[in-house]
Amino acid sequence: MPDMITTATTMGTAFDVEAVRADFPILARSVHAVKGRPGKPLVFLDSAASAQKPRAVIDAMSRFMEEEYANVHRGVHYLSQRATDRFEEARRKVARFLNAPGDQCIVFTRNATEAFNLIASSYGRTFLERGDEVVVSVMEHHANIVPWQLLQAAKGIVIRVVPVGEDGSFDLDAYAGLLNDRTKLVSITHCSNVLGTVTPAKEIARLAHERGIPVAFDGSQAVVHGPVDVQDIDADFYAFTAHKLYGPTGLGVLYGKREILKRMPPYQGGGEMIQTVSFEGTTFKEPPMRFEAGTPPITETVGLSAAIDYVEALGREAIAAHEHDLLAYATERLQAIDGVRIYGTAPGKGPILSFTVDGLHPHDLGTIVDQYGVAVRVGRHCAEPLMDRFGVGATARASFALYNTRAEADALAESVIAAKEFFGA
Amino acid sequence: MMDDLRELYQEVILDHGKNPRNFRHPADANREARGDNPMCGDKLSVYMTLSDDGIIQDCAFEGRGCAISTASASMMTEVLRGKTEAEAQALFETFHDLCTKDDHLHTDHGPVDEEAMEKLMVLSGVRQFPMRVKCATLAWHTMNAAIKGDQKASSE
Repeated sequence: MPDMITTATTMGTAFDVEAVRADFPILARSVHAVKGRPGKPLVFLDSAASAQKPRAVIDAMSRFMEEEYANVHRGVHYLSQRATDRFEEARRKVARFLNAPGDQCIVFTRNATEAFNLIASSYGRTFLERGDEVVVSVMEHHANIVPWQLLQAAKGIVIRVVPVGEDGSFDLDAYAGLLNDRTKLVSITHCSNVLGTVTPAKEIARLAHERGIPVAFDGSQAVVHGPVDVQDIDADFYAFTAHKLYGPTGLGVLYGKREILKRMPPYQGGGEMIQTVSFEGTTFKEPPMRFEAGTPPITETVGLSAAIDYVEALGREAIAAHEHDLLAYATERLQAIDGVRIYGTAPGKGPILSFTVDGLHPHDLGTIVDQYGVAVRVGRHCAEPLMDRFGVGATARASFALYNTRAEADALAESVIAAKEFFGA
Repeated sequence: MMDDLRELYQEVILDHGKNPRNFRHPADANREARGDNPMCGDKLSVYMTLSDDGIIQDCAFEGRGCAISTASASMMTEVLRGKTEAEAQALFETFHDLCTKDDHLHTDHGPVDEEAMEKLMVLSGVRQFPMRVKCATLAWHTMNAAIKGDQKASSE
């Protein structure tokens, strides 16, 4: 496993994390300050749930609202044109970011969850029949499970589940064995939000395409931690959410191959997505507008543009190297603590560290480390089947982002030790 | 900082959390319900044996949870024994106020066993930790569902 990490460590030295931290205003604050007692410096290790925002994103959104804001695709007036330009510029930027063949493959959604609901509702209800199979993995986020269950209830489809190995790696052989003539869609995470496992996306797509099966990927974590090329993967769909990529909430992205999007009916009806409306019959626009009913998140796309500029300026390879260094270091620190169990050790995994401490419930652990200023996520991480797979009710999860430091990994380890002492665990 | 934590995790809570009382499934239970806290994944089942005249003869629980939810469940099973359904209900609502509201907002939910409430006071520290209130109330919600004949309860 450590091949990638070793490389990362040596590359990591070029990355000026202190300069990066200065770009994120919230990182300067302390938490739990009360009158007469200073707080603890914030150690934010919950970026996999939602990342903090750099000044560049905050300013871009404020400036847009102060200077250029209007509704898009609706007016002939000056600001409407300006806002539309910025909105479509964001679409082009996202397309470039994913190396999509064109901006007309990019649909803006509310979040990644909505992207999967869009696929399940529009593609699923149109092209899947009773008995048809959708393949997911056991490490999916609920966002890539429940939409298929709704489709199951509506259409009688069957959900097949790819297992993971003890180290959390995607079981490619089992996956290949699940594909059959009834398989009509594969929908798999590109990087697990709990285990950090990066799945072999290209191989997953290749095996499915041999049978003519389209493949969707949940890239919510993957786009944050390294370059993604949807054409190289040959993904038919690829979804992510802006707020984990240092952008705003309320905005997601669905990439879809143009020829597939064109065959899909609308997901929601309303303004923006129509060509003509009459009570005799309504016609719809071409994708991506067909799937963007109503006023979209506009300011948020400007924020996502700024976020993409920000990570590209830092360099996605450099970010990945820095994060892998942190992951390796934090793993080492936690492993040295008696009773700590780490879930997910697959080679090349992303900087997400799920763990439990013997004799200490994750929720109690979360409360104690929080008193030390350390923010981790505790619970099921919207991945209950995966918790069951590993026989745990919940885990604690520390996730590392471009602004985290080795000192913060130390703070995590020290707070875990303090929690153990507190509980005599 | 440690003071807040000691306030939340008092010795009694740590003790009940580690060595829960009435942690079993009584064979003669005639009421039961399952409680889920979807936020943290805690699940527990509460079992009760009610006599014909509505007295709680036995109360027990099983499941997994954090120190707060386990301790709260354990203490609940102790204080409920010998109570009527109405007394259990009044205790539940009074305890709920204790965990969620400042003292001056507590309302009268009928006569309650003062000694039991005094014992349950140790859990009032959760008020300073809003994210943990549901841990303390899960068992009680579940007990309430069991009495009402519902199969499931959630602290959501």
